[in-house]
This record gives sequence, C-alpha cells and structure tokens, in this order.
Amino acid sequence: MTAVQTLPTLDLDPFDPEVLRDPLPAHAALRDAGPLVRLPRYDTYAIARYDDVRAALSDWQSFESSAGVGLTNFRTETPWRPPSLLLEADPPGHDAPRTVLAGILGPRALRRLREDWAADAERLVSDLLAGGSAEVDAVPALAEAFPLRVFPDAVGLGRDGREHLLPYGDHAFNAFGPTDNALVLAGNADVAEHSGWVGEQCRRENLAPVGFGADIWAAADRGDLTHAQAPLVVRSLLTAGVDTTVHGIGAVLHALATTPGAWDLLRARPELVRGAFDEAVRWESPVQAFFRTTVRDVPVGRDGAVLPAGQKVLVFFAAANRDPHHWTDPDTFDPTRDPSGHVGFGMGIHQCVGQHVARLEAESLLTALLTRVTRLELTGEPVRHLNNTLRAWASLPMRLTI
Amino acid sequence: MSAAVPPRVDPGRGLSLRVTSKTPAADGVVALTLTDPTGARLPDWTPGSHIDLILPSGESRQYSLCGDRWDAHTYRVGVLREPGGRGGSAWIHDELAVGDLVGIGGPRNRFGLVPSSRYLFVAGGIGITPLLPMIAAADRLGTDWRLVYGGRTRGSMAFIDELAGHRDRVSVLPQDEHGLLPLADLLAEVDADTRVYCCGPAPLLDAVDDACAHLPSQALRTERFAAREQGAPVRDTPFTVALGRTGTEVEVTPDITVLEAVRSAGVEVLSSCREGTCGTCETTVLAGDLDHRDSILDEDGRAAGDCMFVCVSRSRGDRLVLDL
Repeated sequence: MTAVQTLPTLDLDPFDPEVLRDPLPAHAALRDAGPLVRLPRYDTYAIARYDDVRAALSDWQSFESSAGVGLTNFRTETPWRPPSLLLEADPPGHDAPRTVLAGILGPRALRRLREDWAADAERLVSDLLAGGSAEVDAVPALAEAFPLRVFPDAVGLGRDGREHLLPYGDHAFNAFGPTDNALVLAGNADVAEHSGWVGEQCRRENLAPVGFGADIWAAADRGDLTHAQAPLVVRSLLTAGVDTTVHGIGAVLHALATTPGAWDLLRARPELVRGAFDEAVRWESPVQAFFRTTVRDVPVGRDGAVLPAGQKVLVFFAAANRDPHHWTDPDTFDPTRDPSGHVGFGMGIHQCVGQHVARLEAESLLTALLTRVTRLELTGEPVRHLNNTLRAWASLPMRLTI
Repeated sequence: MSAAVPPRVDPGRGLSLRVTSKTPAADGVVALTLTDPTGARLPDWTPGSHIDLILPSGESRQYSLCGDRWDAHTYRVGVLREPGGRGGSAWIHDELAVGDLVGIGGPRNRFGLVPSSRYLFVAGGIGITPLLPMIAAADRLGTDWRLVYGGRTRGSMAFIDELAGHRDRVSVLPQDEHGLLPLADLLAEVDADTRVYCCGPAPLLDAVDDACAHLPSQALRTERFAAREQGAPVRDTPFTVALGRTGTEVEVTPDITVLEAVRSAGVEVLSSCREGTCGTCETTVLAGDLDHRDSILDEDGRAAGDCMFVCVSRSRGDRLVLDL
C-alpha cells in the first residue's frame, strides 16, 4: 500500500470575474502546482498540463461525460435542460449521434458550402468597405455577423428569432460553471424564452428541407438515430455551433490585428490562413475548460497522484494549449506555427464534431478580408465578454484599411 | 503509467501492434489479441468496426474487432482458417506468432449499431465476431436483444462460452444438431421497431435478406466480408480521369482500375482490400457519372455521386474529375 498522497491545493476560483477576465496567471499557477490540483472552493480538482489534459480527454473509459461536463453532477443534481446526446453522453449511447453528426459535418459534406460561403464573405466585406476604409467594431460587424449569416442558413433555420442563438449559447456555456454564479443568475432571467425558441427550431416542420437539420431528420428516417433523438441532435448544433465560432473568429482577428507583421504575412501567403485560425484557437482557446467525472480511481501524471472515483475534475484546454513544456513560446501567436495537437477543439471521442464547419467559416471570412484589407489594426481598447467557459471579446474596435 | 500515453495514430500508415496472445477459439478459429508495443492507447472504435491486418505480401485482410472497448489497450479479433482462401488466414494460423509485430489499418466501421428498442442478432459461424461488441453495447444500454447463432458444428462455433451468461437471450443452433437456422419463423415474429443485425456467409445473408422482405428497408443491417457479385462494367471503352487538384489527366483502359491509373500518374491513394469492401480508398468525386462497383455504399450513397472506391468503381461517361 502506498501512503495517501497530499495533493497540491490552490485557493483559486476559476469562475471569479477577475480570473475570467485574465485567466493566464491562474492557468500558469495550476500547471506549476502539479499534474493534479485540488480546488477546495468547489470541492473539485483540476488538470492543466498538456500531457495530462490530453490523456484525460482521450480516456473516456475513466473520465465520463454523462455526469455532465460542468460543475453540476447529473448523478446527484438535476441538469438545467435535458442532457446533450453528444457532449453529455458516453458510449455506447454517444456512438450513433456522433456518427451521424460526423458525417453531416464532415469535410466531404461541407464541400457544397465552400463556394457559397466564400461569396457570402465577399459580400459582407464589400458592404463594410463600400465607403472605402472603415472603422468597425469587429465583434458585431465580423465575428458575429458572418457566422450568423451562414450557419443558421446551413442548419436550415427560419428567418425569425435568430437573435436568440447567441444568448442561448452564452447561457449554456455559463451553465457549466457554478449555478449560483452571477453570470448564470443573470442568464436565468431570459433562458426560458431562448430555450423555448431553440426547442421549436429543432422540430422537423420548422427546418428547411435542405440543410444540416434536415440531414439529421433524414438520418432518423434511415434508422441511424431514433426520431426522439433527432431534435436533441439539432439542438447540439444550435448550442455549440454559434458562440464558439464567433469567439474563434474574434480571437483570430484580435491576434492578427495585434501581432506585428501577421496581416502582411497572410496576405503574402494565403495558404497560411487555415493554420492561422487553428493557431488562434490554440492561443486563445475559445472553450477554456470542461469538467469530467471519474468512474474509478485514476492516476494522473507520473508522480503517483490519484484522482479518486466519482469526482468532478476541471480539464483545462486553455492551460494545456499554453503549456511551455509542450509548446515553444506558447504565449506567442505565430501564424507559421504548426499547431497540430492543440486541444482547443478537445481531443478523443468528444473532440468538436463541428470543427470543420468552424474552420470553413473562419477561412471564408479571413480570405475575403485579406483580399480587400491591406492593414488591420486596433483603434481602441478591446473589451472582454465574460463567460464561465468561453474566452471571448465583447468589443474589438478596428480600422480596416483598403 | 500507460494510461497517460495518447494513441499513436498515423492514418497514412496505420499502427504496428504486437500479438500478445493467440489462442484457439473453436475448430479452425484462433483469437488474437494485439497491443501497442509502447503501451499506448489504441484508437477508439465502435461495435461493428473492423481492422485491416497487413500480410507480409502487403495485402490486407479485414477482421472485426470482437473484444472489450472499455479496455483501451487491447484489440481482439477472431480469425477463421479459410482453406479455399487467398492465403491470409493460413498465414495468420500457421506463421504469425505471439510476440510478432503486425501492421494494422483502421479501425473503420461500416456496420454501426443504430439505436433501437430491440435487436435481433443473427450470426453464422465467424460472423459472431462483430456481434459480440454489439451485444455488450445492447446489454449496457438495457436494450432488449436476442442472438441466434448458427454454425456447422458446435465445435466450430467460437466464443460460445462468452455468451453463457445470457442463456435466456441466446440460441446456439449448430447445423448438425438443428439443421439450417429457422429464419422465416424467426423473422416473421420481428416487428418494425426491431433492428436485425446479421453477419456470416453469403448464403445466410441472402436468406436473411429474403426473410426480411416484409420489414422496412432500414430494419436489416448486414456486413459482407466477401464482395457482392457485380455484373460487367457499364463501359467497355477507355475513359479519362482528371485530377482536380493538379489538372493532370490520365486514361483508364478497360484492363486497369482507376486506382492503378491514378497511381501511374504519381498520386498515392491508400487502398487495402482491392475488392470494394473495406472502404480505405474512398475518394471524393468532383464531377462525372459513376459506375459504382463496391459492396459498401447504399442506394443513397450511390445516388449522391460524390464519392467512389477507386479500387473497383469506374465511370459510365467519358470523364471523371476526382479530388486528388
């Protein structure tokens, strides 16, 4: 028998507004403290080093998701909505929804959208630059505007009510934090209205005959899903597919506007655009962390630390993505870096099934901007948008020079 | 701690795994277990998945994973010696030994378990292998299921002992004791909510297909290891394949495959079975009218016309444009 090890403990609230505003020092402290850190504030644990984060995300057999990937433990507490069939599910129940969505959102299926999205991005950028060089807030004008133009159409949503999408997603990602936290409490006021609208859109009769939504219902007709599962799979698209992409695009625009030489480099070498977006996802990690729940005692790291069974553990994608033991100059946004292996989209069986959609949206918009805009720069102080799970900008004042 | 080592996946070349056990599972059947020599996790898989085992000749054979997916470090396959085969199973039975390294492709799944309130599993001989993980999944989900397992003789039927805990759900019906499986009776009782999963020799699959005629088309899911019988190609004259990424054009004469033609143009496409069953050589089609000759795509997949398996499928028209 080995002695019970004393785990490093940090008096840290990962959901404190100051930590959310600048999480980098907290992530460094977690990495420095050890492979497994106790967070007594929420009676939980954290994993923040790259190797250990990646191992935990890969090991779905030990780290389950069906007890919820937020602080709420679905074994003992009631979730705020019926659990996701993807994010909050384990094999074997997870298999069929994942297989269906992976096909619908796979690179082959997206080919038919590529030309349309490129043209749509060109129109958006032309409109912004109709009067010549422009000063805009890049969050509403670009990062939100483009996904909200193309993604709801691709799903097959109707025209009305799309303004519910961003607040619904924002609340869903806040709700992975503590339920008595100010961000969650603030969102609770309107969540029923947003949820109600989202739920309605998931029904077959409210979806266009062509699109991701119709594809999901067609999969149910083929028997690849049950008809009862179809609306919940559509809901996953609407929850996870909008805010994340918006913040990813915000991150890459901020990175390109603030990294000297980066814009000129991409203009000269447009083949770097795809890698630059993934590098921004690594650097900023729009999804910062998710919880897992241990199904047994699990060793973490190489020094004998053991995470007990039945515990919630916060797995920090963002900290792993800047772990200096894995990345050279991790705090530098480098559009020429090969960011392969970053965990910004997660890793393993729950790795973001919509990542190809996000990449295509970002690539379409960046390509249109790079064609027209010779210089991209901040004109004022950017403002953070705080969320318990997401790292986001509320405002990015920018000048687009043609 | 091996649990901390992520899987080493190289989709281009696959894995090299060590044979850690080789045990008789029935007359003419061996069970192999395979692990990564560095102790890494193996790539995740779902029930119905198969892997390719790469033979010394470079050819490959497909075997269903029939182990426990909750054990992330071990694959298990069951291999039937096929005396009339092309030599792959004989090599595995006679030459491949514990401790050897063997090349692996995949895993891939073309026989996925769809959600249902009830399953009927029909196994013929070695066709039990993909159904074992499905049974484990159904059990874990608490779904109602039944297995009807036929074979030549009881001694030829692998993994019967592993089903012993499910006596009330499993019917083991060796042909020398019970005759052919009573498929018509079995399937007449099946309702529209039941999903029928069948794997086994072609005559069994054809018989189950016939016996399911009264059910909705999605009720039956089968896996064929042997290629479906295909008629002659639609076109007996050469056609042109254009490679969309480079603009290169290459002629495909009736005596060569699209795969061979593309390779002669200097483009590597990974392939495995060369008979349109494994799916490795799937290629995106940008334009053209296809003559699908694989055993993989269903009617919807064929009608979509956006992909082909270049080891067997061809063109109806003068020209195909591929995303290569």
